[in-house]
Amino acid sequence: MTTIKKLDGKVPTGPVQERWKSHKFHMKIVNAANKRKYSVIVVGTGLAGASAAASLAELGYEVSTFCIQDSPRRAHSIAAQGGINGAKNYPNDGDSVYRLFYDTVKGGDYRARESNVYRLAEVANSIIDQCVAQGVPFAREYGGTLSNRSFGGAQVSRTFYARGQTGQQLLLGAYSAMMKEVHNGKIKSYTRREMVELVMVEGKARGIIVRNVVTGEFEKYVADAVVLATGGYGNVYYLSTNAKASNASAAFRAYKKGAYFANPCFTQIHPTCIPVSGDHQSKLTLMSESLRNDGRVWVPKIKGDKRPATEIPESERDYFLERIYPSFGNLVPRDVASRNAKNMSDSGFGVSATGKAVYLDFQAAIKRDGEDKIRSKYGNLFEMYQRITDDNPYKTPMMIYPAIHYTMGGLWVDYNLMSNIPGLFVLGEANFSDHGANRLGASALMQGLADGYFVIPYTIGNYFATEKFEKVETTHPEFEKSLTESKNKFDKLLAINGNKTVDEFHKELGHVMWDNVGMARNEVGLKDAISKIQAIKADFWKNVKVTGTNVDINTQLEKAGRVADFLELGELMALDALERKESCGGHFREESQTEEGEAKRDDENFCHVAAWEYQGEGVKPIRNIEELNFENVKLTQRSYK
Amino acid sequence: MSGNKAGSMSLNLKVWRQKNAKDKGAMVDYKLDGISPDMSFLEMMDELNTKLVKEKGDSIAFDHDCREGICGMCSMMINGQAHGPESQTTTCQLHMRKFKDGDTIVVEPWRAKAFPVLKDLMVDRGAFDQIIAAGGFINVNTGNPQDANAILIGQENAELAMDAAACIGCGACVASCKNASAMLFVSAKISQLALLPQGEIESEARTQAMVAKMDELGFGNCTNEAECEAQCPKGIKIENIARMNREWFKGAIGSRN
Repeated sequence: MTTIKKLDGKVPTGPVQERWKSHKFHMKIVNAANKRKYSVIVVGTGLAGASAAASLAELGYEVSTFCIQDSPRRAHSIAAQGGINGAKNYPNDGDSVYRLFYDTVKGGDYRARESNVYRLAEVANSIIDQCVAQGVPFAREYGGTLSNRSFGGAQVSRTFYARGQTGQQLLLGAYSAMMKEVHNGKIKSYTRREMVELVMVEGKARGIIVRNVVTGEFEKYVADAVVLATGGYGNVYYLSTNAKASNASAAFRAYKKGAYFANPCFTQIHPTCIPVSGDHQSKLTLMSESLRNDGRVWVPKIKGDKRPATEIPESERDYFLERIYPSFGNLVPRDVASRNAKNMSDSGFGVSATGKAVYLDFQAAIKRDGEDKIRSKYGNLFEMYQRITDDNPYKTPMMIYPAIHYTMGGLWVDYNLMSNIPGLFVLGEANFSDHGANRLGASALMQGLADGYFVIPYTIGNYFATEKFEKVETTHPEFEKSLTESKNKFDKLLAINGNKTVDEFHKELGHVMWDNVGMARNEVGLKDAISKIQAIKADFWKNVKVTGTNVDINTQLEKAGRVADFLELGELMALDALERKESCGGHFREESQTEEGEAKRDDENFCHVAAWEYQGEGVKPIRNIEELNFENVKLTQRSYK
Repeated sequence: MSGNKAGSMSLNLKVWRQKNAKDKGAMVDYKLDGISPDMSFLEMMDELNTKLVKEKGDSIAFDHDCREGICGMCSMMINGQAHGPESQTTTCQLHMRKFKDGDTIVVEPWRAKAFPVLKDLMVDRGAFDQIIAAGGFINVNTGNPQDANAILIGQENAELAMDAAACIGCGACVASCKNASAMLFVSAKISQLALLPQGEIESEARTQAMVAKMDELGFGNCTNEAECEAQCPKGIKIENIARMNREWFKGAIGSRN
């Protein structure tokens, strides 16, 4: 008999403003001289991983980092465009830590842990200070002070930015901090390694198995704690704004070893991406949310209007976000903007050859501020758009459509960012904790760096100081066992020699996910998705074709390993979406909507985190629950009107 | 370059195939039909790989990741030009509409002593990480630095620093240079940090350390050909090399004046 567990997030008590301060004081500390006796494995070198690795090494821990790419600097955090939030209130427009906290909880549609979000808002300002100290070239005003802009879901300007390349600059800052510690001999950086298994010894996370993608060899690494900072699982959908190598395998392997997977159905569909142009497409490109500061979203008032945008007069355009949400206008949160674009397209007002697009128009801003001003703000984005579409957005409006961008769900962690497996910490997009059911723009960079620079350095020390550690070597039978399992899996993939490529399976999965577990979900569609995914999975293990060998670079084999995990995770996402019968944030259940078609939560039955516990092949996982308590922010129907 | 707007294209590809670092390697010809002008160059390569896998061949290994021009993974020499014919464009952002039906396209890896080929079009650029680890950072630990606005930075310097910081570390500069010099890459980091008050203090020592590492790793010298600037997908300027040289001389002379 399986029983549903009530999970304890280990949230400190007391006033929300005091919790992190008091927790920091009460946590145990590892003596400075003893820190070198502890080793930490950090998997993933994006914002969360690189900042954690650097900060832990600075404290004195022995750190090893692992990344798939040829350099830690390539992690997909690098592609974040728009900016990072802070509550500095430099523009004097009424911002505060409390307002940032409030906006983030509300933006997440009340499905995040209040204490975590408050801590995030509290350390946000330190992140900005830290990054400036590292030499991150944020945009400046003429007087030399930092510049801010606005993002969706907020009525203040709190977003710091470096042109349209903020993620790149913050990542290079974290990467340089990390390389500083490589220089100091405190970090060993392993590149072109893919984590294929988590190793547990006596119930604790003690190491990993990686596949060296250059030699094909499986390697064993041991440590006292394992930090996963491996990003999100948006690539389950095949087409997403994620990088091609972004994958869920590290997190999913941990899930199969007993770590709970929380809210897998919480995925973010970003409203402003370049629309799909054909079957050959390998990925989707985001156009930063910052564009909605100056761009106006519209569709023709006449259904199926085929005139070019520039020939449609003002009176025949429907600026639908401004019409429906007069107070937030084009800057409504992402889930709301995406859903409205989909509704417009579904009811026949969409533009482009496919009808799956809406306009994002800069003419009003160009008229108001001049083309030069717009170019200085968004020049690189406009160029990127033109390169991909061959259209000039200074002359004709951009065409945009929603695409999978971010996943709020992830491995369950407590307040210390530790999963239910002792010694397994999960940071950044890979965990579930701070964004609830919808992430606000410019909050992902903030969370990744908050976790890495300012949370894990404290909480990991507490773990080391309160646990006893037996000396473990990579010759331990658990390492041998995990290595053999991984090796067998890859050998099996090579041996199938079927008739369909890995990409064909991935695209099939992607279609099911987008159609049934995408922007709108319902019971019939989700059940259908589950059976379809099971069928694709069965077919995959019979018919996948992987050429090449297991002893050198084999990109087909790498992809096959990832898609094998995506197939199982896709099913889990559909199951989670099916069992969460309410709508909230990006999870829109058609059965649960207000009269105006907005997401309608069911706080009585679903004000909780669903944390799935693996039960074995072909067995339904258990849906454990962590209740969410809101003591500071009042639960209301979100309104951006 | 004349644009191609519609229809489907047939291409003759000559691609460098090399099994591993030890293999000698050779150009191999492939014919590919049904290419849409809207495809990116890498999507065209995906099509070729699908075809190869279906024919039981080993797919062509090439580096790529974000496919939006920012991660710096993609690295192909296309018809003798790093990242191909379009200026300030990475391979992943190059689209097939820039080519014509019937074109022959030659695809090779970056060629440089310090970037050994791992397989096919994939090279090892670990040397760049080693150069950064030699000094491409500001010595500041995570902690409680002063308020961000306590450091004022004039807009002009902030913009120049950002121009240099836009480097994606792809290595096109090295691949385009007849001497396989890494000076554009190294100088971009040195410039970014030298232009900011936070980084200025360590600038001389940083420059000495990074340049020494660059030489040690087998990159060549700069002879002012400016091919690096012409091929850089991010428009990094060679004036950064001049700034690096100034910083280097200051350090070499051992005086800050």
